[in-house]
Amino acid sequence: MPTNILMPALSPTMEKGNLAKWVKKEGDKVAPGDVLAEIETDKATMEVEAVDEGTLAKIVVPEGTQDVPVNQIIAVLAGEGEDVKAAASGAAAGTGQKAAPPKAEAKPAEAKPAEARPAEAPKQAAPTAAPRSAPTPAPAAAPQGDKLFASPLAKRLAKEGNIDLSRVQGTGPHGRVVARDVEEAKSGGAQKKAPAAAGAAPLAQPPSDDKIMALFEQGSYEVIPHDNIRKIIARRLVEAKTTIPHFYLTVDCIIDNLLKAREEINGSAPKDKEGKPAWKLSVNDFVIKALALALQRVPDANVTWTEAGMLKHKHSDVGVAVSIPGGLITPIVRRAELKSLSVISNEMKDLAGRARAKKLRPEEFQGGTSAVSNLGMYGIREFAAVINPPHATILAVGAGEQRAIVRNDKVEAATVMTTTLSTDHRAVDGVLGARLLGAIKAIIENPVMMVV
Amino acid sequence: MADTAFDVLIIGSGPGGYVTAIRSAQLGFKTAIVERDHLGGICLNWGCIPTKALLRSAEVFHYMQHAKDYGLTAEKVGYDAKAVVQRSRGVWKRLNDGVGFLMKKNKVSVIWGEATIDAPGKVTVKTSRTEAPKGVLGPGAYQAKHIIIATGARPRVLPGLEPDKKLVWTYFEAMVPQTMPKSLLVVGSGAIGVEFASFYRSFGAEVTVVELLPQILPVEDAEIAAFARKAFEKQGIKIITGAKVTKLEKKSDSVTATIDDGKATQSLTVERVISAVGVVGNVENLGLEKVGVKTDRGVVVVDPLSRTNVPGIYAIGDVAGPPMLAHKAEHEGVICVEAIKGLKVHPMDKNLIPGCTYCSPQIASVGLTEQAAKEKKLDVRVGRFPFAANGKAIALGEDQGLVKVIFDKKTGQLLGAHMVGAEVTELIQGYVVAMNLETTEEELMHTVFPHPTLSEMMKESVLDAYGRVLNA
Repeated sequence: MPTNILMPALSPTMEKGNLAKWVKKEGDKVAPGDVLAEIETDKATMEVEAVDEGTLAKIVVPEGTQDVPVNQIIAVLAGEGEDVKAAASGAAAGTGQKAAPPKAEAKPAEAKPAEARPAEAPKQAAPTAAPRSAPTPAPAAAPQGDKLFASPLAKRLAKEGNIDLSRVQGTGPHGRVVARDVEEAKSGGAQKKAPAAAGAAPLAQPPSDDKIMALFEQGSYEVIPHDNIRKIIARRLVEAKTTIPHFYLTVDCIIDNLLKAREEINGSAPKDKEGKPAWKLSVNDFVIKALALALQRVPDANVTWTEAGMLKHKHSDVGVAVSIPGGLITPIVRRAELKSLSVISNEMKDLAGRARAKKLRPEEFQGGTSAVSNLGMYGIREFAAVINPPHATILAVGAGEQRAIVRNDKVEAATVMTTTLSTDHRAVDGVLGARLLGAIKAIIENPVMMVV
Repeated sequence: MADTAFDVLIIGSGPGGYVTAIRSAQLGFKTAIVERDHLGGICLNWGCIPTKALLRSAEVFHYMQHAKDYGLTAEKVGYDAKAVVQRSRGVWKRLNDGVGFLMKKNKVSVIWGEATIDAPGKVTVKTSRTEAPKGVLGPGAYQAKHIIIATGARPRVLPGLEPDKKLVWTYFEAMVPQTMPKSLLVVGSGAIGVEFASFYRSFGAEVTVVELLPQILPVEDAEIAAFARKAFEKQGIKIITGAKVTKLEKKSDSVTATIDDGKATQSLTVERVISAVGVVGNVENLGLEKVGVKTDRGVVVVDPLSRTNVPGIYAIGDVAGPPMLAHKAEHEGVICVEAIKGLKVHPMDKNLIPGCTYCSPQIASVGLTEQAAKEKKLDVRVGRFPFAANGKAIALGEDQGLVKVIFDKKTGQLLGAHMVGAEVTELIQGYVVAMNLETTEEELMHTVFPHPTLSEMMKESVLDAYGRVLNA
């Protein structure tokens, strides 16, 4: 039976290529390994080799044809003892495009001699031509089929930790998910990118380590190996800054009322036997609450972008960036809009303490709908924070400081705190972001609103 | 490029160095290896391989002496110490030539001499104490983008126990005895110590082993070490643990040792002493201080990809720290050079490096000991299976031994496996593969082990850990 030679895929992503040159002519005898043709893509030129022995019966795609789709028949090979002419006409039928139906019907009859040799038959199924050094289309990630490629221990750890293995990026051989990947996923890393991101054009590669090191005098520095948390931070922030179109909005909040309220509330906290007050609110606790309430007032900004659609969240789950030795982590105050300031405050103390002790459970720092990052205690006046996916916004909070402001045509002193909202433009547009930040400012400046 | 400039230059051609050189060449690097004594290093020439040849002679001799147990007769059983040593050296020669061939085949340039690093990228090679073989490069200045230190280790010398080559031996002399000593003191009960104790006991020497720690084979599981100790003592080896050799008094052909176990001292007169108190890294005379490479307690400080603190300088194998084992060195070297190439590599998990001791009975282990697992506060399940219940072991006449496995109770992860008995050094790899593939007890229980083999004990001990043992 004649065998069809198909347009090969030179890489896993190749969809079409140009038929640069036919090395063999119609009627030429070919042996396995003979170069039949040259194919070029924008990246490379490769040779198509014959796998079977036979005669090149027909060239279907002429030399110089551009953009030939992968797997289109480009030629037909007649096996030994086969009628070259019959094969050639049968081939046309095989393309299914130019051939008339009657011819296609005739094909099995013409191919009979080959059917008498069963040994030849299986070759049909095999690719008849392969590019030299055929690239294996090995998926970078674990296969998405029904068989999950993971080690037994990884499977058991995932089951125990309630981790969805199909979302874990495997780093073992051939993308196999191994125990360390599950451990990393538990701590928030090693999650597979969304399918859309995977399909996107490759990002520009940063310079190699060797190139960077070459910029410094040898011996003038020390190489400190990365620990896991550093690697996760690096990966997640690169992901955030390269996949999320950030824009920034800044506003000043006058917090004299807030400070006064804080003083009164803290002053009236009941004390236990050891004299420890039941709560001690920080400015940041007010900011968490204000952000949570503002997200309820402007619900269109309480969202997460996905390719499938916008996730509009019902609750305000506010992450708070906590500095820990060697990095940072963002534990989440869930449903913060429903919680009182004292509950938020005590919850934050507990979360921050356990974050520093590295004792947080994954569900305590994964997810969330927005976040607060506060560098005010370090005297920072204002800054812009990087959005922590899957959030659409993050509020960067500066120091509260005495500044001169103009009120009713008069210069007065006030305690002012500058806040900057970083926003994912895919999910929250400028005006929407401005409305959210306006709501935050209004609540911070009138902290009474936090008790209703 | 001139013949003095390389991509990768490796100092030392032991098992770590020469394997690294081959991998480096495979990756397309222009590679050179510097050696001062013998291609193949200690392992091939004075360590792993020649001792196995000696121990094989001991084993065959032992079987001949016990021929009756197998229904055989062997009369006038004896040995020729020189011939035993000669066989061992013959094995060495064959492998030594083999390394030379491998270097040639892989187009690795061999440079003969002592190497010093002058600066990152620059190495000076001086004439060494041994004559250069044919076809090698000689002393001179060489350049390499990447320098890998693989200089190995040498016997540790304790004050008062200084080897003198005549009465107080290290493994070098112990490997090539002129005659078999009638009595022997072995200081240290690590792998080297017990292997020589076993060897010399097989040839009839009165052997005493002194160990500082309370347990012989200190890195092994306590239960396995205790089992081995009983077996050694049954063979007539005297073992004193928790004791120190405080003094050696040398006479013309004997040594009187003072042994202090903390409560009392005793003296022991023997013909020879073997000092086997561990090894130390060869970090000297490499120019490390000059180029600022950090060392700590006799080994080079490296990160998990074998990089030192100085870019372009790496260290692998014994000189880069414990465990000081040939197979660790080889694997470390391969990872190191693959990382240099920019391939995606994962640092070696040192917990998954197996250890083998070729005394009689043999000892093999991988992973955590029961004690170490408990120190890590892991909840464990322990399974055991004795050789005495295994058909093949009984048929072999080797029914003394034990296989022990340790699982994490919660996850079913195989944390460690420990064995003592005949041929266990050939069995351990089954567990090493299982651990590397992250199998749990379930896969091991689903694996069919061939009958009749010693390996069946490996499955039975897994079953035992889960209360399902079949043949005991």
